[in-house]
Amino acid sequence: MATRTTALVGGALLLLTVQLAHAILPIEHWRTANGAKVLFVANRGLPILDVSVDFPAGFGYDKPEKSGAAAMTNGLLRLGAGGLSEDEIARRLADVGASLGNRFENDFAGFSLRTLSDGKHRAPALDVMARVLNNPEFPASVIEREKVRLTGSLKEADLKPDTQASRLFYRLVYRDHPYALRDSGEVDTVSRLEQSDLETFYRTHYLAERAVVAIMGDVSRAEAEAIAEQLTRGLPRADGKSPALPVVSTLREGITRVVAHPATQSHILLGAPGIRRDDPDFFPIYVGNHVLGGGGFVSRITEEVRQKRGLAYSAYSYFSALKVRGPFIIGMQTRRDQADAALAVVRKTLRDFVDNGPTEAELKAAKQNIIGGFPMRIDSNRKIHGYLSFIGFYDLPLTYLEDFVGNVEKVTVNDVKSAFARQIDPARLVTVVVGADKDRSETAGVAR
Amino acid sequence: MKLLIRLWVLVGLLALQAGAHAAAPGDNVAVHELANGLRIIVKTDRRAPVVVNMVCYRIGSMDEHNGATGVAHVLEHMMFKGTRSLGPGEFSKLISAAGGRENAFTSRDYTAYFQTLQKSELPLSFRLEADRMSNLILSPEEFAKEIKVVMEERRLRTDDRPRAIVYERLIANALSAHPYRNPIIGWMSDLETLTVEDTRRFYEQWYAPNNVTLVVVGDVVPAEVFALAEKHFGAIPRKQLPPRKPQDEPPQLGIKRLTVKAPAEQPYLVMAYRVPRLEKPSEQWEPYALDMLESVLSGNSAARLPGTLVKADRVASSASAGYDGIGRGPAFFYLSGTPLAGRTVEELESGLRRELRRIIEEGVTREELDRVKAQALAAKVYERDSMFYQARQIGWMESIGLSYRDLDLYLEKLQLVTSDQVREVARKYLVDDQLTVAILDPQPLNGIKPRATPTAGARHGN
Repeated sequence: MATRTTALVGGALLLLTVQLAHAILPIEHWRTANGAKVLFVANRGLPILDVSVDFPAGFGYDKPEKSGAAAMTNGLLRLGAGGLSEDEIARRLADVGASLGNRFENDFAGFSLRTLSDGKHRAPALDVMARVLNNPEFPASVIEREKVRLTGSLKEADLKPDTQASRLFYRLVYRDHPYALRDSGEVDTVSRLEQSDLETFYRTHYLAERAVVAIMGDVSRAEAEAIAEQLTRGLPRADGKSPALPVVSTLREGITRVVAHPATQSHILLGAPGIRRDDPDFFPIYVGNHVLGGGGFVSRITEEVRQKRGLAYSAYSYFSALKVRGPFIIGMQTRRDQADAALAVVRKTLRDFVDNGPTEAELKAAKQNIIGGFPMRIDSNRKIHGYLSFIGFYDLPLTYLEDFVGNVEKVTVNDVKSAFARQIDPARLVTVVVGADKDRSETAGVAR
Repeated sequence: MKLLIRLWVLVGLLALQAGAHAAAPGDNVAVHELANGLRIIVKTDRRAPVVVNMVCYRIGSMDEHNGATGVAHVLEHMMFKGTRSLGPGEFSKLISAAGGRENAFTSRDYTAYFQTLQKSELPLSFRLEADRMSNLILSPEEFAKEIKVVMEERRLRTDDRPRAIVYERLIANALSAHPYRNPIIGWMSDLETLTVEDTRRFYEQWYAPNNVTLVVVGDVVPAEVFALAEKHFGAIPRKQLPPRKPQDEPPQLGIKRLTVKAPAEQPYLVMAYRVPRLEKPSEQWEPYALDMLESVLSGNSAARLPGTLVKADRVASSASAGYDGIGRGPAFFYLSGTPLAGRTVEELESGLRRELRRIIEEGVTREELDRVKAQALAAKVYERDSMFYQARQIGWMESIGLSYRDLDLYLEKLQLVTSDQVREVARKYLVDDQLTVAILDPQPLNGIKPRATPTAGARHGN
């Protein structure tokens, strides 16, 4: 037997004093000279720095006829900036072992950088990130190449049953709302994008006043301030009002679409517009969905579809809470001749849940998992950085993490029941099945 | 309702240190072996009051026999289906109620079960893992349902994914004798005929403490973990494990080529060369040179394959290299890519071969070597931000007959690789006689026209 250990004290003691002084996370926050919002948590425990800068510039800000401009703008920023070619950008980052990641969702777009925190590594990495954010060049020849690459992969994806299902699902759930658009754009809209479209999108949406900078790791407050200035100094400035996302309307009827596809499995999605990130129903919905289909092996949908009947490998439900009503989605894949049976099981499971809510025992078990698992939500720099950027972008209270456990704990069976009744009508859902012998379409609601 | 989970709110957080950095990795590992052969590796990481427990059985799909491929993975699923004292699914319920996250995976080489929990819940994790190590109930009713789940998993991961089929068939053709030729999830025909008795036999033969490495990473005291392991696993008897037959792959005697026809828009090309694997980490140099070659070719978006084939020549939409040299069985060096629309797989293949020739003839630059070494050093630091990743790395190395110490050694040896060594492994191993080439030949969707624009009342323009 070989045993060798080195005690690591110090951290734990400090931890307690940090807790008492600052509750859970001592988030520092300020604005840069040109108005960008900054959130910062110092942690000198590892020589790592995580920095992100996000903007309200996701595909929710795309126009239908220019669908794909948001994604391509985000993608092109790092492919030529501040006098550096795309290869020089990639090499300078690799030379110091840093990684720069694109961030792109419905609501936001931006970049995150992970680098070693000492000056020798950090400085070149931050210099590249600053050029990418502040001085993108959108080289025409790179745009042409990326358009060919992207349209090729879109055509590839269009053959796949999962892509077909999700595209159709979002169109039916969101209709003329931009959340209905494909995140990367369509083949024909992407083909028509030009350099000026990307420059315009950048100037309109990558604004200093709307930027959210999240900094986590091994730097001091003064260093964090300098980093935030460096990354945002040259951003475009707002000139008047900024674009906002339109309101999402509720589905008027249930819609079912079955689409022919030769795949061995049917890909099934059910859902409807769900909740906003600032919805008062957020916690009842979150905890309730844990019971319904978000809690992994122990949730009702997994139990009914997989554990009891062996109908699917993956079966789940989730609410994606966004700036405006994000989707509520139930998803699964099953052998095509079982699609109707699986669909019946899921619909019944949802209807029972909406009608009756969780049992006391189920609610307790869900809370035990969420609350007992809380330490794992913030057990790494990367995860804490994720919360910082998320709290900043969605304007959540700085005490979001402090309040989290209390907000979960106070949810009652009745809260869940009434929140689901407000948000989800099982008779008015979009149902998409891709992977059948022939197309079929129903627009009547599902009788209750 | 009041839950007994308040106390940790005061202590349940990542330690935000204001002082010096924590000790370097490798300084905080303790190893112990129980009398029944169960090996325990504890890595102390006190940054958060959390613990990762990973139970690694040194048994994977390569230990299966023909006609019963997939049994290792099906058994992994059945491990959640009840013991003499717990009903089906109860394992997951107990872990969930303790706030835990859990799952399992099966590889060609080993099978791992893991939980991440608050550190105070480690005893629960040990108790449940010890229970299913020796008391598993394999009921025909649960098996009948779960084998259907696994077939759905196969359809989802492989049967409806053309590129996954390409890799499955590539390996099945590249190897003749070694069981790596079979997919981990098993051939569908074997799944259809697998029985609960097959899983029982596999369990009884291989699930034994002397075939396990227990990896614990987190805010724990090694001596306490060892005592806890003794308490829960100590009484499980050692088994005489069946002999593992080498099933060595005979030498390849010439190039092999195959075509996979499947619904797709773009062709896809994979070239797989037989190369050495890491067996004696302190003596070999070739595996490190192959790893270096992989990174020089595609370790960043300006590396040779994306830089030349995607950006400069515009022959590829994507192109990359890969080396899977850490495992119990034969290793391959892969070159793969998708031709850009309007270019052919033949043009892509000659482009990939041209890049190999350049390296064999000219070597690689000092800058390229330094870049890869810097990336590897940084990645080693970043690993310390994830307890789960650290546990997985340790469990992986220990389960394939290497040591957790080889993780540090690997990094050291990578730093020593020279341009001549990279040229030498490319010249020696990336030759046609050791090559298998697979091409995806795209087919329309059974004559059904792809629905690029589903007719769904969408009113927005395109």
